[in-house]
Amino acid sequence: MAADISKLGLRTKWQDLTEGMVIAGAGTSRDFLTGEWSSVKPEFIEEKCKQCLLCVPVCPDSCIPVKDQKRAEFDYDHCKGCGICVKACPFGAITMEGVN
Amino acid sequence: MAKRDRLSGNEAVAIALRQINPDVFPAFPITPSTEIPQYFASFAANGEVDTEFIPVESEHSSMSAAIGASAAGARALTATSSCGLAYMWEELYIAASNRLPLALALVNRALSGPININCDHSDSMGARDSGWIQVYAENNQEAYDNMVQAFRISEHNDVRLPIMICQDGFITSHAVENIELLEDEEVKGFVGAYEPENYLLNPECPMAVGPYSVTDYYMEAKRNQAEGTRHVERVMLEVAEEFEKLSGRAYGLFEAYRLEDADRAVVMIGSAAGTTKDAIDKLREKGEKVGLLKIRLFRPFPADAIAEALKNVKAVAVMDRAEGYTNQGGPLGADVMSALFRARSSALAVNIVYGLGGRDVRVEDMEQVFAELKTIIDNNDAGETYRYMGVRE
Repeated sequence: MAADISKLGLRTKWQDLTEGMVIAGAGTSRDFLTGEWSSVKPEFIEEKCKQCLLCVPVCPDSCIPVKDQKRAEFDYDHCKGCGICVKACPFGAITMEGVN
Repeated sequence: MAKRDRLSGNEAVAIALRQINPDVFPAFPITPSTEIPQYFASFAANGEVDTEFIPVESEHSSMSAAIGASAAGARALTATSSCGLAYMWEELYIAASNRLPLALALVNRALSGPININCDHSDSMGARDSGWIQVYAENNQEAYDNMVQAFRISEHNDVRLPIMICQDGFITSHAVENIELLEDEEVKGFVGAYEPENYLLNPECPMAVGPYSVTDYYMEAKRNQAEGTRHVERVMLEVAEEFEKLSGRAYGLFEAYRLEDADRAVVMIGSAAGTTKDAIDKLREKGEKVGLLKIRLFRPFPADAIAEALKNVKAVAVMDRAEGYTNQGGPLGADVMSALFRARSSALAVNIVYGLGGRDVRVEDMEQVFAELKTIIDNNDAGETYRYMGVRE
């Protein structure tokens, strides 16, 4: 009965839902693309970035991956577009529509 | 071998629970259901059960703990009355929508206000749309028998819904009657072990219970839930059939008492049905064709079967031990009348509110109801369809 939540969508019939909406299986939140929730997203301007990494811990959705002590491009599948990272960046390396 | 004993309704339910030996019983006391966890706590203290008995700080918590235990994979239940049930409101819907099998021993008591500790059905009637199965008893024997059958219905794979086993506060919960008990081993064998397919404490398959459903899924989720409800009537009858083989006591979705050739019928829930049977027996001796339909399963509502059982009656009085404040009558009246309408019944029906806050119901009162039904037939007019019985005016 394990629910494959990646197969859920706007066309899913009630017959294909699990009983009581249980989600069987672990670590399934990564399959839930919360990035769909908003249309406005932050933009990373790599040439302005000093790799201070102040943006990483403030992201509520862990959407700024870090590899070899350097941040990479945003994980737009899960970024909800809150804009907190824009405020955290001292170098103007992150911009977003509507956030100063 | 069955054994006879004289027991109050609360004792009878507590003994059924000892025989079932559930895994978890969280409870908070409230009159008149307090004795159920009280008796059970002594069974637990004496080592007669293996149950984790949890004295919690409120009914909000007792139902929450029962839900948590059930989600974890345990057989769980709690007990309450009146405002205690009201305080479980949020959790009732959560238990049902999460499709968690668990039981609630409900001892019906009026809701405040004015504050009152005696019997009416306003507490459980308010919870009628929560998705719980509701089963009612006329007497102590039925309260015991319904409790023994509860988990078999609730845990059935086609159902998996919580179940409320209701009895009338003080009238059955505290009055002592001679009843027949099953042997401990018989109950154990009948109820069986609870083996859910998915549960939180299963290390083989971690799971999430009660996830958020956005608008895209909520409506499909509710329709999915309704599918469980649709199987309740069948499962309940299957369980009753097996129970009859064990106990010799037959149960259905309702009891039809001298109804077959009746031209006048009363439909009601709970202990006053016994009083009504006395009135019927008296009137039958005079040759009057009167009968009773006593509801056992109220949720889901077996409308088709009820309409079929009432198809030959000319007049029906639906008795509600709860106000609906609809200006039309109470909840049972609304359901029975809609069942009759959908079956294109031509019976003249009235809805009578009675017995609120423990107001006595006497045999003469019920004889009067049948007399009123006779007038309705004679006049071929139901007259005022929303009436009160036993109120000073």
